[in-house]
Amino acid sequence: MRYRLPGASTPATWFHKPVQTLINRAERLRNNLMALPPGLYLLLFFAAPSLMMLFASFRYPGEYGGLAPWYYVEDEQFSLDFTLENWLRLFESSIYLGLLFKSLGYALLTTLICTLMAYPLALMIARSNKRFRDLLLLLVILPFWSNFLVRIYAWMIIFSPQGALTIGLNHVTAALGIEPISLMFSSTAVITCLVYVHLPFMILPLYANLEKHDSRLLDAAQDLGANRFQCFWLITWPQSLPGIYAGAILVFIPSLGIFAIPDLLGGTNGIMIGNVIKQQFVESRDWPFGSVLSLVLTGITLLLVLLAAKLGRTAGTDNGK
Amino acid sequence: MANKRPSKALLSAGILVYLFLYIPLAVVVIFSFNDSKLNAEWVGFTWKWYEKLIHNDSILRAAGNSLIIAIISAAMATVLGTLAGLAIHRGRQKWLPALVLGPIAMPDILIGVSLLLMFILLNVSLGMVSIILAHVSFCIGFVALAVQSRLAGMDQSLIEAARDLGASPWQSFRLISLPLLMPGIIAGAMMAFTLSIDDFVITFFTAGVGSSTLPLEIYSMVKIAVTPEVNAVSTLLMLVTLTLITALSKISPTVLRQ
Repeated sequence: MRYRLPGASTPATWFHKPVQTLINRAERLRNNLMALPPGLYLLLFFAAPSLMMLFASFRYPGEYGGLAPWYYVEDEQFSLDFTLENWLRLFESSIYLGLLFKSLGYALLTTLICTLMAYPLALMIARSNKRFRDLLLLLVILPFWSNFLVRIYAWMIIFSPQGALTIGLNHVTAALGIEPISLMFSSTAVITCLVYVHLPFMILPLYANLEKHDSRLLDAAQDLGANRFQCFWLITWPQSLPGIYAGAILVFIPSLGIFAIPDLLGGTNGIMIGNVIKQQFVESRDWPFGSVLSLVLTGITLLLVLLAAKLGRTAGTDNGK
Repeated sequence: MANKRPSKALLSAGILVYLFLYIPLAVVVIFSFNDSKLNAEWVGFTWKWYEKLIHNDSILRAAGNSLIIAIISAAMATVLGTLAGLAIHRGRQKWLPALVLGPIAMPDILIGVSLLLMFILLNVSLGMVSIILAHVSFCIGFVALAVQSRLAGMDQSLIEAARDLGASPWQSFRLISLPLLMPGIIAGAMMAFTLSIDDFVITFFTAGVGSSTLPLEIYSMVKIAVTPEVNAVSTLLMLVTLTLITALSKISPTVLRQ
């Protein structure tokens, strides 16, 4: 929105040019003034902490937790005190890398199950009568508005050893002569809850994509003799890929960093990388190593966001053809 | 047209997914009225878990804290986020979008631990203030997005017309842009409020002694034991959000679609 002097398009008078320059300058100043408060705030409370974390990953842990000073003075000689130890520790044993891969696996499995569950529902809503669509969509969002911890707690009840589900399942296992199983504190519990918490993140972008599809394409395909499977696989599916990419990124990234779900439902077997980060910062108070793990997670997140942006773009242009 | 209506298979699959979404919450609500300490078997109807709740001081205090934090963070994030949305829309600062949208893309835990690190290193004592500062930083982006999507759909010629008719930049902003932006700003504010009151992870890292919020309180209760009292808080919390959404959809029907 650029302001032009009234009558600027009519033959210029001598004062138009300098006044127009002044106006442009004032507008630029106003733009910068607008960007300044949020920009400063986020520099201070988002960029600065991230940089401090990068800095911390090269420092020694303090004696009582926290960080050791980043310099020392000996014989009036000022020296920096940085180390690569924390980063090397990542590769020293297979524990942390193994846990990282396990978390990636959990997040991937969660994304796949979310896609499989979200697709039929999103398609059903998109093909429903227009009058019901808003209501059906609201029914998807509604459980998502209840508190995150409440949704985890619900699964703690369902999976509890006294719960009907476990008892029922163990009647079956007893009849089959297998050892009784425990659902609580297992990776099954963790992944089920991960799917439950993130499902709406897949349904909504997928629906937004499916809703825009031109149904005449399907009619044309059918007229040309395509069966229902071909209609889906050759028409609907390729068009819906951008929606799936968007949903996948919204499910995968938060799943990867989660700590509350494995904390409450995973027991010792189900822990993920988020639990170790939390442990480093809260319990064992080894901040430098905690920072290393956080930065690795940040790196993976950034890579995924860039990849998704790229995939989304190519998929978008393919559709445009 | 056969394709315009969902097939039977699709319909039943969809219903199954809805059941998956609702059964766990229904279990929480039903057991909150169950006259048994165990969340396992239906014994009989009771209000006693709710009565216990009213006398639970720490929960009431945590609920109060949550409310104060959410109101202040939402107010701050709305002002900063609206400015950010306007600035991003004009697109003069190339660095701004990354800064504003960064906290949305990052997993919560990373924002939480990096803020914890900074607060401790700078000797900021952990409490209500640190929680609010943290909440604002992740809410700004959501407000900015809501405002920006509103701006994208706005008819620029209205503002140009106002300017041609002699309105000053401020007048055209106050009389034309701002009223048109209002639904976006309100949506952003409501979003910031719910994100803040709902947040567990970032609060977990930035809270100190005596600044427990409702989600933190629920977390520590659940860690110790599964009791019907938690079901009662959860049910009440759901009721509050439900009321809020209903009210919101009355005020501005388009808000929910964002």
